[in-house]
Amino acid sequence: MNQFSNLVYLVPLFPLIGFLINGLGRKSLSKPLISLIGCGVILVSFAVSVGIFFEARHFGNTPVIVNLFDFIKVPGFDIPFGFQVDQLSSLFLLIITGVGFLIHVYSTAYMHEEATQHYGRYFSYLNLFVFSMLLLVLGANYLIMFIGWEGVGLCSYLLIGYWFKNNNYNYAARKAFIMNRIGDVGFLLGIFWILSKTGGTLTYSQVFAQASSFSTFDVTAITMLLFIGAMGKSAQIPLYTWLPDAMAGPTPVSALIHAATMVTAGIYMIVRSNVLYTMAPATQTVVAIIGLATAFFAATIAIKQNDIKKVLAYSTVSQLGYMFLGLGVGAYTGAVFHVMTHAFFKALLFLGAGSVIHAMQNQQDIRYMGGIKKYMPVTHITFLLACLAISGIPPFSGFFSKDEILAAAYEHNLILWVIGVITAGLTAFYMFRLYAMTFLGRFRGTHEQEHHLHESPSAMTIPLIVLAILSVVGGFAGIPEVFASNAHGLEHFLSPVIAQNTESHQLNHGTEYMLMGISVALALIAIVYAWSRFSKKPEIEEAEGAGKLLANKWYVDELYDTVISKPLLASGNVLKNVVEKSGIDGIVNGVGRGIQYAGRQIRLMQSGQVGNYILLMVLSMVLMILLVFYGNNLNPIFNMFK
Amino acid sequence: MPIQYYITLSIVLFCIGIVGVLTRRNAIIIFMCIELMLNAVNLLLVAFSKMHNAGAVGSDANPTAGVDGQLFVFFIMVVAAAEVSVGLSIIVMMYRNTHSVDVNFLNRLKN
Repeated sequence: MNQFSNLVYLVPLFPLIGFLINGLGRKSLSKPLISLIGCGVILVSFAVSVGIFFEARHFGNTPVIVNLFDFIKVPGFDIPFGFQVDQLSSLFLLIITGVGFLIHVYSTAYMHEEATQHYGRYFSYLNLFVFSMLLLVLGANYLIMFIGWEGVGLCSYLLIGYWFKNNNYNYAARKAFIMNRIGDVGFLLGIFWILSKTGGTLTYSQVFAQASSFSTFDVTAITMLLFIGAMGKSAQIPLYTWLPDAMAGPTPVSALIHAATMVTAGIYMIVRSNVLYTMAPATQTVVAIIGLATAFFAATIAIKQNDIKKVLAYSTVSQLGYMFLGLGVGAYTGAVFHVMTHAFFKALLFLGAGSVIHAMQNQQDIRYMGGIKKYMPVTHITFLLACLAISGIPPFSGFFSKDEILAAAYEHNLILWVIGVITAGLTAFYMFRLYAMTFLGRFRGTHEQEHHLHESPSAMTIPLIVLAILSVVGGFAGIPEVFASNAHGLEHFLSPVIAQNTESHQLNHGTEYMLMGISVALALIAIVYAWSRFSKKPEIEEAEGAGKLLANKWYVDELYDTVISKPLLASGNVLKNVVEKSGIDGIVNGVGRGIQYAGRQIRLMQSGQVGNYILLMVLSMVLMILLVFYGNNLNPIFNMFK
Repeated sequence: MPIQYYITLSIVLFCIGIVGVLTRRNAIIIFMCIELMLNAVNLLLVAFSKMHNAGAVGSDANPTAGVDGQLFVFFIMVVAAAEVSVGLSIIVMMYRNTHSVDVNFLNRLKN
């Protein structure tokens, strides 16, 4: 019956094995062998995940929990190392291993020019990442999730700083790690809070069963703290600035970690805790507002970026904001749906961008591209499909998921919907600006680059094609009620996991058609405008005025630098130069110097003159005799010390 | 003779010994002064022993009362003899090395 689900530990086990083999043998294995191991372990995980996925639809309300061993077991505190297989985790398993496998295959071609040793290191990090991510989604309690959560953060750090000889990349890696740590503190505090309320268990089923006895304050605090964790991991305001910088890593890494999987960990965590979030409307409002603000804010920045990966990075931040908007208005299914479709089309966009960068010999600035369409037909077509999907043009996947979130937002509050639709228009605009400047018009790079332009090898184009197909058809997993009744497969599939679905679908069909019409019309207008404007006259010159503000990302990095980093560094310098040097060092050195001085003085008694020693001996003996005879008179003094 | 005379004599001898040890630099004289101090103590022990014995014989018939004080004297003499043999051999070695028995020459361990 549950033959695959009981073998669920195999899913993370294989990437772990791959990590160990590639990590330890990176100096002795050959490149083809490393590729084979790196991709093969993910393929095996994917196969098991498919089996689990098809079993999971029959689970109903009872998830399969596989406890491997006791992780922490002390009286009043029991945390097993267990995996939970249900509809939600099996869906994420498919996304992670499926998209992960494609990106591994893509990497074999993209990273081909690396030295063997670094090639092995790259694949071992990538496998470790997949392992951690699987641990995150499979864990049956918050602690296992936290282990995975930290693991993916570590891998993100390692892979952003993969080219560690470039110091800027190391700074970017550090920034990502530190920003994530800020969020992790919130997450950890949330876990502690849960632990203190449940009396020693973190297992999801037990926590949610006891959740109804929590006070409103507790639930709000817990959900807010968990959301702070999600802010860091999923790059929401105010902790989003690390994600654009994370583009320092190799492009497949950006596709896998910083678009498709890791950054959606926050959404997964909130959907997993949807019981708690539904009980805390205040937190939901905050989630919706922060999500929407991030979506809009990042979209405005993306309009003026010239680095192909930076545009995609801000687009990712913006789409993540959409997902949080969905979570905030209670559309948990919609958020998961968008995670899924976003994983397809954003991975495709990044891989397409990687393909272009590869062909352009590491040129990432779209001002020096243009006209690549005729050199790279496969990359061009797949990239176009992905752009249409992210812009929300029917019948591509992005349309369905975005529409579901926007419809839920409309039911919740009109303002949320208006800003959401404007953001959708912005999304279409910046994506087609990127598309037009990269693929249309005439080539603006050097002659040498033009000579070198060619379609990428099949190891890169096949993942592109597969992802393109998924981006096109992925949306049919969740056809809304207006088109066909009971066709929303994903909602049926996820319904056991989501306790109380607030997507009530009370909108009548006319309203919903109107909503879709407005957002699609806006997207189409944006696309046509961007297409016609940037294909003929690309934006080469530096931006001015408001554009300059956007090109400089609203100066948020500078703001953080002035408000947080500089004062912190200044206070650190004060502590270092004043408190440390004259205070603590003064005490330590003072004690040392005092003892040295005392020693020097006392040493003078050791004169070497025998006579002196004898004199001292006699005097001390006299003193002892006096003490023996008259010592009792000193008792009052001794008593004072008792 | 009253016991006070013995006490006074031995205090005088002891003080002569101390002063000799403290003021003289010749190792042999220091040794002799140490012997003087030891013998001052011996004298005192014998005197007290005799005093106790006389008092005891007067009240009850125990002829051996107080003789343990005199036994101590023998112990002290044996220890002093051993000490002198060691000390004199040190002085001989010292003389061989420095051609002097002045203790103030022995300050090489300083610093």
